[in-house]
Amino acid sequence: METYDLTAMELRAVNAALQAKGGGEGGEGGGGSNQTCEVINPRGSHAIAVGLNAPIEVTVEGSTGYYCAGMNQQATINVTGSAGPGVAENMMSGKVVINGDASQYAGATAHGGLLVIKGNASSRCGISMKGVDIVVHGNIGHMSAFMAQSGNLVVLGDAGDALGDSLYEAHIFVRGEVKSLGADCIQKEMRSEHIEKLAHLLKQAEADADPKDFRRYGSARQLYNFDIDNAGDY
Amino acid sequence: MCGIVGLFLKDKALEPELGGLLTDMLVTMSDRGPDSAGIAVYRGADDGKVKITLQSSNPEQDFENLEADLNTEVVRIDSHAIVSCPADHADTILEQLSAMPHLRVMSTGDAIEIYKEVGLPKSVAERFNIHQLQGSHGIGHTRMATESAVTTLGAHPFSTGPDQCLVHNGSLSNHNSLRRRLARQGVNVITQNDTEVAAAYLTWKMQNGCDLGEALEAGISDLDGFYTFVVGTRNGFGVLRDPIACKPAVLAETEQYVAFGSEYRALVNLPGIEQANVWEPEPATVYFWEH
Repeated sequence: METYDLTAMELRAVNAALQAKGGGEGGEGGGGSNQTCEVINPRGSHAIAVGLNAPIEVTVEGSTGYYCAGMNQQATINVTGSAGPGVAENMMSGKVVINGDASQYAGATAHGGLLVIKGNASSRCGISMKGVDIVVHGNIGHMSAFMAQSGNLVVLGDAGDALGDSLYEAHIFVRGEVKSLGADCIQKEMRSEHIEKLAHLLKQAEADADPKDFRRYGSARQLYNFDIDNAGDY
Repeated sequence: MCGIVGLFLKDKALEPELGGLLTDMLVTMSDRGPDSAGIAVYRGADDGKVKITLQSSNPEQDFENLEADLNTEVVRIDSHAIVSCPADHADTILEQLSAMPHLRVMSTGDAIEIYKEVGLPKSVAERFNIHQLQGSHGIGHTRMATESAVTTLGAHPFSTGPDQCLVHNGSLSNHNSLRRRLARQGVNVITQNDTEVAAAYLTWKMQNGCDLGEALEAGISDLDGFYTFVVGTRNGFGVLRDPIACKPAVLAETEQYVAFGSEYRALVNLPGIEQANVWEPEPATVYFWEH
């Protein structure tokens, strides 16, 4: 296992080294796949392990600042501490696990992959998510899944105000309390396919919870089309 | 964007290190606010003396005979001077100072001293030897100006009442109407800066019977805009974020201290941070600690 020490190396050099993994001689995404590396002394630095595109495994020993694991593809990134704002923003595939808490807009705009937050996530978790699966073991803050388009947001704890405001077709599952629902977000029936999907996500996220304890929320689809009766309001 | 740091010591053994710890935190936040920087330090609250922090754009000349003119102790530090006098003499000194418009009063109180200037946080901290300052608590700010000009008076912290100070990351959208409202109540706001209005608002609330916690609670409905505030009083330290809470904030608490940073990286050199309880303050929730 290779170790990169952020007190001894520049961030750009560490990211360049991580981005070079798994590519090169073996061809695109081939070569040294399944490589494991660790980044030590992150000390809250920004943009650690961003833009990776190979099935490697990176462990960040400590807490990170803004935009850790942004734009991730294929890689598995494990942060042993907490993550700052925008963790796994625009992730395309792969897996990001935060063992502590995540700050605001975790998983924003992410298209794919799995983001697991073992502590709490702050406000705007999964804002504008476009296909990512997010599993939060703790609570999530206000305005989470705002304008979420597709994917699944699973919350074992409670959700803050205005959950799923202006939601498109993402699915939201919450086990605890929901402080309030946002515009056009409603509770929906839990059918067998949802239980099945949820059970799979909980297993992937190492979350010990019964899918039957969750409630499902989704879009009422009332904001999709302009309602002519509202014309006078503008 | 701006950077905020704060340190409220519970353990007196750390008091000699306050300036050093705060300087390190402040410099870490340089890229959040390279325009100007400032720091408020609280120390010597119980020595029976009132301190008045003055600033001058022409310190060589303005401070030269100040000790003799005021007939009290004056310690000059770069563009600032700390005037100390017995508590019962403070009003007389302030009256004398009001006749010297070239000198700007940055703060008054039993404990507070404010140092702020235009420039990179590192150079501001060096000019005022911040790392050598001892104290019970302190608040620092690195500014990236949005609402008013980059000037010494536009830098934070703002102090609008005895031993009170406020720093701010964000921007207020109703500061002009609030400034007019405060003016009708006889509250004078000196600069065009939005943060000073917030500071004056809290001072006004406290003059009318609120404690700091109640004043901050009232601010949630009266202050419109984005803000993460950190406030200091003679023996207290408070944090408030607006209900949207998009301006970052991290709190850390151990048995030795409570620390605030706009980002976690501002806190990484604090003693025992690995074992600290670290969390993000909730929106529209008042956090307050007192000695």
